[in-house]
Amino acid sequence: MAIKERRIVYKHVDEEGYSNDIDCYIKNGGYEVQKKAFEAKPEDLRQEVLNSGLRGRGGAGFPTGMKWKFLDFKSGKPIYLVCNADESEPGTYKDRQLLYQDPHQLIEGMMISAFAIGAKQSFIYIRGEFINGARILEAAIEEARAKNLVGDNILGSDYSCDLIVHRGAGAYICGEETGLIESLEGKRGYPRIKPPYFPAALGLYMCPTIVNNVETLCQVKHIIDMGGEEFSKIGVKGDSGTHIMGVSGLVQKPGYFEIEAGACTFGELLYDGCGGPLPGRKFKAVIPGGLSMKILKWGERFKGKHPNTGEDFDWGVEDIPLDSISMGLCGTALSTGGAIIMDDSVDMLEAMANINAFYAHESCGQCTPCREGSLWMNKLSTRMTSGHGREQDVPLLLDIADQIAGRTICAHGEAAAWPVQSAVPKFKDEYLDKIKKQANGERYNPAGFPLI
Amino acid sequence: MDLSLELTEKIDKLIPRYPDKRSATLPLCHLIQEEKGYLSKESVEWIAAKLDLQPMQVWEVVTFYPMYRREPIGKVHVKVCRTLSCALRGSYKTCEKLEQALGCKRGETSHDGKFTIEFVECIADCGYAPVVQVDDKLYEKVTPDGKTDELIEKIKRMAEGESVDETPEGVKHPAFMG
Ligand SMILES: Cc1cc2nc3c(=O)[nH]c(=O)nc-3n(C[C@H](O)[C@H](O)[C@H](O)COP(=O)(O)O)c2cc1C
Ligand code: SF4
Ligand code: FES
Repeated sequence: MAIKERRIVYKHVDEEGYSNDIDCYIKNGGYEVQKKAFEAKPEDLRQEVLNSGLRGRGGAGFPTGMKWKFLDFKSGKPIYLVCNADESEPGTYKDRQLLYQDPHQLIEGMMISAFAIGAKQSFIYIRGEFINGARILEAAIEEARAKNLVGDNILGSDYSCDLIVHRGAGAYICGEETGLIESLEGKRGYPRIKPPYFPAALGLYMCPTIVNNVETLCQVKHIIDMGGEEFSKIGVKGDSGTHIMGVSGLVQKPGYFEIEAGACTFGELLYDGCGGPLPGRKFKAVIPGGLSMKILKWGERFKGKHPNTGEDFDWGVEDIPLDSISMGLCGTALSTGGAIIMDDSVDMLEAMANINAFYAHESCGQCTPCREGSLWMNKLSTRMTSGHGREQDVPLLLDIADQIAGRTICAHGEAAAWPVQSAVPKFKDEYLDKIKKQANGERYNPAGFPLI
Repeated sequence: MDLSLELTEKIDKLIPRYPDKRSATLPLCHLIQEEKGYLSKESVEWIAAKLDLQPMQVWEVVTFYPMYRREPIGKVHVKVCRTLSCALRGSYKTCEKLEQALGCKRGETSHDGKFTIEFVECIADCGYAPVVQVDDKLYEKVTPDGKTDELIEKIKRMAEGESVDETPEGVKHPAFMG
C-alpha cells in the first residue's frame, strides 16, 4: 500500500520534466502569488500568516505569525530577513530538495515574507557543503532580478529588497539562529544569550531580524495563495499544514514524504511509505525528528488523554500520528521530520557513542556544561563500546546529561543531552548487559555495521 | 598577493552588497581558498586589510569553521559522512576501504599528494546513506561493497585530471529519479 501524501511545498519535487529555471517555474504558475501579495497591505499579509497557524519547520516549531508579530517595528532600524538553509540537524535532508529542485519557490516565499515584514535586505544562509545549491540559488536570483521580482522597485512598486546567498563553512552550530547571525556578521558562530538578544529585536547588526527555515518560507507562499483560514484547516488543531518526513537509516526504502499533519501514523510511514524493516530484521528504536530529539523504543506504550479529541489514547510507536501535538504527548518532538530508524542489528551503545561524538565535535565551546559535558559523554560512551565500560558509567552518563540541559546559552545543550536522557533509561538493560558481556571478553551484537 | 582578475572583480562587487564589510569575511575566505587551495598567513592578512579588520579577526574565523584549512590538501578531496544515518548503512567500513585504497588515513593527505580523506559530520543527504562528497560532487549509497570499489576507481581517475560524472549533485541526479 502506498502512503497518502499531500504535496504542497514538494509539489514539483522529483516531477518528471520539471526543472529549476524560472521559465519552468512561471509555466507552472510561479510568481503569481507574489504579484497578488504586492497589491495587499503588509500587515494583512502578516495577519494571514498568523491565522494560518503555521509553525516553523526549522526544529523548534515556533508559530511563524507570532514570531513576526514580535518584530520591533518601532525602533526605526532596518529590518532583515534571513532564510536558514543550514540544514545541519543530522537525519534532516528535506530543505536540500527544495533548494536544488525548486529554488524559485523559496525566492517567491522570501520576497512575499520580506515585503510583509518590510525587510530592507534579505539573506539565504546556506551550509557550505551545498556548494552546487548555492550556485543554483545565485543563478535563480539573477533570473528573478531580471524579471524585476527581486531587487529595486520590485514589480514596479516602491519596495526594494536585495537577496544575498551567504555560504556557511561546516559548523553545525550556525544552524542555531543567533549563531547564524553572528556568522553572517563575519564572526565565529557563537550563539547569543536570550534574553536580551532575541533576533526579532536585536538580531543581525543589532537590528530587528526574522530567521525562518527554508520550508517555513516556502509555506508562506501557499498561505498567501490559499488564505490563512484555509491553510489552518489542513492538519490538526495546534499543528496546521504538512510535514515533510525524511526517513533514513534501516528501512527497506528510505525517502521523503509530504504528509498532512496527523493524517498518518508512524507505522504507516515506516511500512507503507518505506517498505518496513530490512529482510529478517525488526525495528528497535526511532528518533523521530532529527538527531537531537528524544529516542523512542519500539514496543514502549504511551497513554493519556489527547487534548485535541479529549479521548484516551494507548499507542505503540507505530500508532503515533505524525503531528507535533501527538509526538509531544509521547515525550519527544516531530521537529524537522528527519526520522532515523534503527533495527535489531543495532548495538545501542555504539549508536549512542556515534551520537555523542557528533555533539562533542559541534559544541561551540562557550558554555562549560555543554563543552565539557559533550566531551565527557563522548569519552564515556566510546569507552563503553571498547570493552572498558564499568557499571557505574551508566548512571554517570545520565548524570552528566542532566547537568547540561537547561544550563547553557543555546539549545545545543538540550540537543546533546536529550538523546542520552532518553536512551539510557530506555535501554538500561542493554547497557548493563553489554558491559557485563564485554568484561567476559565476548563481542556484543556483531550483526550490524560498526557505528563508532 | 596575486589573485586572478576575475576573482578580484568578484570580490570588489561582493563587499558593497553587505550592509557591513565584516560580513564578507566568510565569503572571502571561501573564494580565496577555492583559488589558492588553502588560507595562508598572507591570504588572511590580505582579507583583513581588504575588510578593515585586524588579522586576528579573520584568524578566529578561519580556525573556527571546519571547512577552512591552513594547509594545502590533496588533489582530490574525499569527505565521508560519519553521522548516524550513514553509519547505520556502513559508512565506517566505507571510510576504511577508502583509506586502504587511497593510502591515507582520515584527516590526512596521501604521500603522493593525490588524496585527502575526511570523516565529516552529516551532509544532509541521509536518505541516500552512506554518502561521500568528492570535491563538489556527492555520491550516494556508497555501501562498503562494490559501490565503494567503483567510487575508488573514479577517484583515482579524478586524480589523473580526468573528468568523471558530468552531473553535479541535486537535479538530474539519478537518485532523484526514483
Ligand atoms: C543546535 C541547533 C541547530 C539548529 N539547526 C538548524 C538548521 O540547520 N536549520 C534550521 O532551519 N533551523 C535550525 N535550528 C533552529 C533555529 O535556531 C531556528 O529556530 C529556526 O531556524 C527558526 O526557523 P523557523 O521558525 O522557521 O523554524 C537549530 C537550532 C539549534 C539549537
Ligand atoms: S550550549 Fe553549547 S553550542 Fe550552545 S552556546 Fe553553549 S557551548 Fe555553544
Ligand atoms: S548522516 Fe550522513 S548525510 Fe546525514
